Amino acid sequence: MTHLLNISDLSVHYPTRRGTFIAVNGADLTVAPGEIHGLVGESGAGKSTIGAAVMGLIDPPGHIADGTVSFRGEAISGRDAAGMRALRGAKISMIFQDPLTSLNPLLTVEDQLTETIEAHLNLGDKAAKARAVELLDRVGIPDPAERVKQYPHQFSGGMRQRVVIALALCSEPDVIIADEPTTALDVSIQAQILDLIKELARERQVGVILITHDMGVIADTTDRVTVMYQGEVVESGTTEQVMGTPEHEYTKSLIAAVPRATLKVHRFPQLSYGGRSTRFAIEDLARNWPTPPKSKTGTLVQVDGITKTFVQRDSIIPAWRKMFTAVDKVSFDIREGEVFGLVGESGSGKSTVARMIATLYETNGGHIYFDGTDITQLASREERDAYRRQIQMIFQDPFSSLNPRMRVDAIVAEPVLHHKLLEGHAIQDRVDELLDRVGLGAEAGRKYPHEFSGGQRQRISIARALATQPRFLICDEPTSALDVSIQAQVLNILKDLQEHLGLTMLFISHDLPVVRQMCDRVGVMRQGQMVEVADTEQLFAAPQADYTKELLRLMPKLEGLSTEGLENA
Amino acid sequence: MTDTAQTQTKAPTRLQRWADSDFFYQFKHSPVAIVSFTVAVLLVLGAIFAPLIAPYNPFDPASLNLMNGFSKPMEPNAFTGDTFWLGTDDQGRDVFSTILYGMRISLFVGVAAVLFAMVLGISLGLIAGYVGGWTETIIMRIADVQLTFPSILVAMLIFGIAKGVTPIEYRDQMAIWVLIIAIGLSDWVQFARVVRGATLVEKSKEYVQAARLIGRSGPAIMVKHILPNVLSPVLVIATISLALAIIAEATLSFLGVGAPPTQPSLGTLIRIGQGFLFSGEWWILFFPACTLLALALSVNLLGDWLRDALNPRLR
Repeated sequence: MTHLLNISDLSVHYPTRRGTFIAVNGADLTVAPGEIHGLVGESGAGKSTIGAAVMGLIDPPGHIADGTVSFRGEAISGRDAAGMRALRGAKISMIFQDPLTSLNPLLTVEDQLTETIEAHLNLGDKAAKARAVELLDRVGIPDPAERVKQYPHQFSGGMRQRVVIALALCSEPDVIIADEPTTALDVSIQAQILDLIKELARERQVGVILITHDMGVIADTTDRVTVMYQGEVVESGTTEQVMGTPEHEYTKSLIAAVPRATLKVHRFPQLSYGGRSTRFAIEDLARNWPTPPKSKTGTLVQVDGITKTFVQRDSIIPAWRKMFTAVDKVSFDIREGEVFGLVGESGSGKSTVARMIATLYETNGGHIYFDGTDITQLASREERDAYRRQIQMIFQDPFSSLNPRMRVDAIVAEPVLHHKLLEGHAIQDRVDELLDRVGLGAEAGRKYPHEFSGGQRQRISIARALATQPRFLICDEPTSALDVSIQAQVLNILKDLQEHLGLTMLFISHDLPVVRQMCDRVGVMRQGQMVEVADTEQLFAAPQADYTKELLRLMPKLEGLSTEGLENA
Repeated sequence: MTDTAQTQTKAPTRLQRWADSDFFYQFKHSPVAIVSFTVAVLLVLGAIFAPLIAPYNPFDPASLNLMNGFSKPMEPNAFTGDTFWLGTDDQGRDVFSTILYGMRISLFVGVAAVLFAMVLGISLGLIAGYVGGWTETIIMRIADVQLTFPSILVAMLIFGIAKGVTPIEYRDQMAIWVLIIAIGLSDWVQFARVVRGATLVEKSKEYVQAARLIGRSGPAIMVKHILPNVLSPVLVIATISLALAIIAEATLSFLGVGAPPTQPSLGTLIRIGQGFLFSGEWWILFFPACTLLALALSVNLLGDWLRDALNPRLR
């Protein structure tokens, strides 16, 4: 088989003032026509750098230090800017992660498509326009002749990503580099986009490099896969072989960390590859943890028909106001000591529900009872503080949930100080203990948040949430910004919290396999409404609502993935 | 291994952090920043230690000799034989000494006016950004109206009113404070606007939600959480404002509504000097004007560099 693209012994260096950073070190990779080659690894592994190197888009002072990239047998890595331009877009094109920023909002889709077509193919204006419509049709956009006249903001996220793909196809390229093409999309749209990429590869014999961190995408879509770790290729082969019988320790640990929808594990296997610390000791916290007062009914949180509307357009005249109902009469109960999952796609209102329970948003109707008290009616600050001490939240984005100007010990101590729970030395002791138990060590308290990685920051968030010794913990997509192995660590900590401290949790996620691993019961939300509430096992075995069935159908199957190390976990 | 190793190494001290920071690294590699910083520091030190450095005290009538009037720079006086580095004015005052003393007034007024504008602008900007709604509308509309008046006009207006209400014997003492308030009032708007914008961004971040969840009150969140995170743009504006405030003070003093002749600032010196320009005594105007230029330019360049260094988009 002749190779379209051949990358051999590629090294990319970024000189910085603290020494040269080696982003890619001696990577080899080949792509054949009609083949989808997956490039998988955690953030910082150098996947995107390889994509940029092929396109000749490495930002200075970074440069290709060694090795070659050749296209159809001809070396392209040494070409000058003009030589690269002739190739870039014409023979090799790219699909970016965020469809919102990769289209120009001021030009119609037609303008953008015809501009690219005319730049690469020798076509007249009319022919180019006809081709633009044809391309939109090809990527599955309904009414292409009409929609081609529209602006990017008139398309939904998934449709926009289709336009981006159409844009990449304009020049009839031989190689497409797709850099996390579905990361910003919901599961249902992700499946459609991946199917489209698969189809295009087969039909046009286009070689695709699919860069992703998602093992599910790799297993379902690619023919071959290359696994990267810290700039080096650790394993490469057919997808079946690498996913099913991984040989390298890192690949094994990566695959073991992927949450499965079919197999419930008690703990995720401890990943120790590369010397990452995974030690934490939640069970030690339990010794000083007060046994929470048992609620009378066994139900800790009762949500009764809550509604939240946001003002879309404000006006003095009530008739001109435009309201948007984010949450529409949602009801559910959370029992004492259980983990209740809330799933749904983006915009379904899950986070809004969580913020109402946390009293960050006011409700526009309905009641929320916490241990029998209606918290929507709490008027005074004292009453609300008493409630707030018992409930804490872990946020999605570890990079914005910690104040960058505060030291870590001050961040963790703040809730204790505010509620005047402890005094003097006892505060520092509590902070040290918490940081130690989540696996960071008391020394971490003297640093600032930017000195920590995403996973470590999420541990700081957990330490802060535990500082008031709450009874109820809300986790709003706590791991969706994290790499899979870090996700496994954080999920293990959360499991321990529930087991050893008896915490009740509301766990919000769009990721069904994660929900399967974490939750006792699950509520499925769609467009602000609760579609179905059921026990997790029952929901996955026999979903009732059509929407739930659809969600489960679209979930990555992960059938080819090795289950090594999971059975005895 | 890596994690635990990192956590066990000693946390660096503040000084080490600073010496190792990208900010200091950029400073070391920017000739403009180093030169303007040096010039600014030298001028400020000269102003602070004026009584120690200045060879004469220009405000002590006993040390003045009318015979020394109109001495040329670096030339012995025809009558007394005394040499003055930068010459003397009509009263026989040493121009170098008057510049040092003049900078004290200019810098004091500039710094105080910017501080006043900062306190006012930051508080109003924080409140507008955090509280929102009607409060925001009212504060920002006042800011808009303020901007439609040229700042010199506002300053002159305030100066005029103040002059009308203060008794004549306090007027000279009041002049400096009126200047500070007048310049500060015409300058707070840009602080308020920038702080409001930055506050809106910070407010939506999850650490603010986390603080609300803990139960912190609005003012506590504003001061403890948001304020430290909106200060870098404020620092940039403050530096550029300082240069503008010094110039504004000089302009007002030049127009005769600023610092009184008994406490001459650089602007007052320039006003006095321009009277002698056409009779050939150029140094009386030239050296104070150069000093003002050096002061304003160095502070301004420093501010420009700060803006680039602190702007993450340009990195």
